[in-house]
Amino acid sequence: MALSSMMSPGPRKDAAVAARLGAKRKRADIIIRTLCILATVLGLVLLASILATLFYRGIEAMSLRVFTHVTAPPGSEGGLLNAIVGSLIQSLLGTAIGTPIGMLVGTYLAEYAKDSWLGNAVRFVSDILLSAPSILIGLFVYQILVLPFGGFSGWAGVAALAIIVIPIVVRTTEDMLQLIPNTLREAVMGLGAPKWKMITLICWRSAIAGIVTGVLLAVARVAGETAPLLFTSLGNNAWSTDLSKPMSSLPVTIYSFAGSPFEDWIALAWAGALIITLGVLALNIVARTLLRSRI
Amino acid sequence: MSLSTETKGATSGAQSFGGMQARSDAALNDARIAISNLDFFYADNRALKAINLNLPDRQVTGMIGPSGCGKSTLLRVLNRMYSLYPGQRATGEVMMDGENIISDSVDLNALRAKIGMVFQKPTPFPMTIYENIAFGIRLHENLSKSEMGERIEWALTRAALWNEVKDRLDRSALGLSGGQQQRLCIARSIAVRPEVILFDEPTSALDPISTLKIEELIDELKRDFTIAIVTHNMQQAARCADQVAFFYLGELIEVAPAAQLFTAPKHPKTQEYITGRFG
Repeated sequence: MALSSMMSPGPRKDAAVAARLGAKRKRADIIIRTLCILATVLGLVLLASILATLFYRGIEAMSLRVFTHVTAPPGSEGGLLNAIVGSLIQSLLGTAIGTPIGMLVGTYLAEYAKDSWLGNAVRFVSDILLSAPSILIGLFVYQILVLPFGGFSGWAGVAALAIIVIPIVVRTTEDMLQLIPNTLREAVMGLGAPKWKMITLICWRSAIAGIVTGVLLAVARVAGETAPLLFTSLGNNAWSTDLSKPMSSLPVTIYSFAGSPFEDWIALAWAGALIITLGVLALNIVARTLLRSRI
Repeated sequence: MSLSTETKGATSGAQSFGGMQARSDAALNDARIAISNLDFFYADNRALKAINLNLPDRQVTGMIGPSGCGKSTLLRVLNRMYSLYPGQRATGEVMMDGENIISDSVDLNALRAKIGMVFQKPTPFPMTIYENIAFGIRLHENLSKSEMGERIEWALTRAALWNEVKDRLDRSALGLSGGQQQRLCIARSIAVRPEVILFDEPTSALDPISTLKIEELIDELKRDFTIAIVTHNMQQAARCADQVAFFYLGELIEVAPAAQLFTAPKHPKTQEYITGRFG
């Protein structure tokens, strides 16, 4: 009571000033909103036209032959079987190798090295790796696995893809573990559980949907990578599942076919692009559904 | 609870506290845990100052005081929860079974099996009701399947939850209501068969009915367990506790049998707090 009588709120409110300020805010709102809508429309139009072209050309070129025949010289009725299988092998193996490494590093960062010097250094390096141009990773593997071991191989491609997978999984694992409230950790420790049991039995279980989502996004990412495979598994026009030999893959096949002057190769490139896009789309949908059903 | 009734109750010296009956059986048992000269630090911030307090065996000690007074901190010293966090340390003596539980040589996992804790918010693990209880047991014992079933039934029965969940032990614990989850957490704690149970504001996130159930449960549990409960609710302390300790700014201002502390507090600060003048 004493306070309100001692202090005054200043000059009286002026209705005209308030109206002028209100009109000004409205104008600013209209301008900003228009810019936002324009930018959105521009983005959507570009995306839609890319997808429309892809679907139009891709479906036109799609046939059972694409999935049953291996790549062949121009004009001789080839398919993409070896590229599809090669992509599957390399992407899945790369993910299978990169995921446990990434999970362990992410767990180390979230549970053991939150604010330590080493933790911060690892987190920084991993984030840089996350945004490193993938061609650099291809060149790196070329230097350490292709040159010294006498040639391009599926293993080198797998290694390059694994290196791309690792930082993605590190980041999602750490993020997902950090979402777990400390009260849950305290509840586990309060029962007399050792820390490793807390992590493996409770924390991982709580974070699993998020981590799986990250892994699926990583698969989607590496399935479309071209640059790291150009220098590592190179590509192979014949049927081969031997990882010690050069191995075909969809992105590399698309890259070489799309740049060729032959009509049927270009059509196959569109078909391959559509297959990758649909695969990545499916993975994304699965990942989003998993994330929504979390906890 | 109106301020005037509480003041009247406190000043008249009657055995009632704002219409609530405080316990009249003032006799306290021997100490199960004896705290002497305990200091606690969050980095350089001294959060507990020279605490001396006994937790009487198989009785309930209520800890009250305004936010930040150190009562939860004291609870977290007793099961060494603070050891999870670098920069937090305690000095002094907390004796249990002839051992100072804040010394570095203590086996924390064994200690926490002896001193269980129930938290403010229910913390069910993301697994089935059965697995939630079995988790703690498996950490310390090797039970056969039938022994495990018996133990789980025993724990859920003691926690007054068995009848509500016996048909859905294999369902996720996350589907239980808040009050049920909290009783599940109590069952999980007692399943390990501790000697002491620490309750850190166990009902502050619950509705009145669930709160009542938990309070009845605490009353029932003290036949076998030594209990410490931190609460912001003075009626709750009056209802549940045999002994009440009042903390203020990291100091233990007063500790006395519940009836005495609420009706005839010795210290003016205690008097002010329980009559609602601050806090």
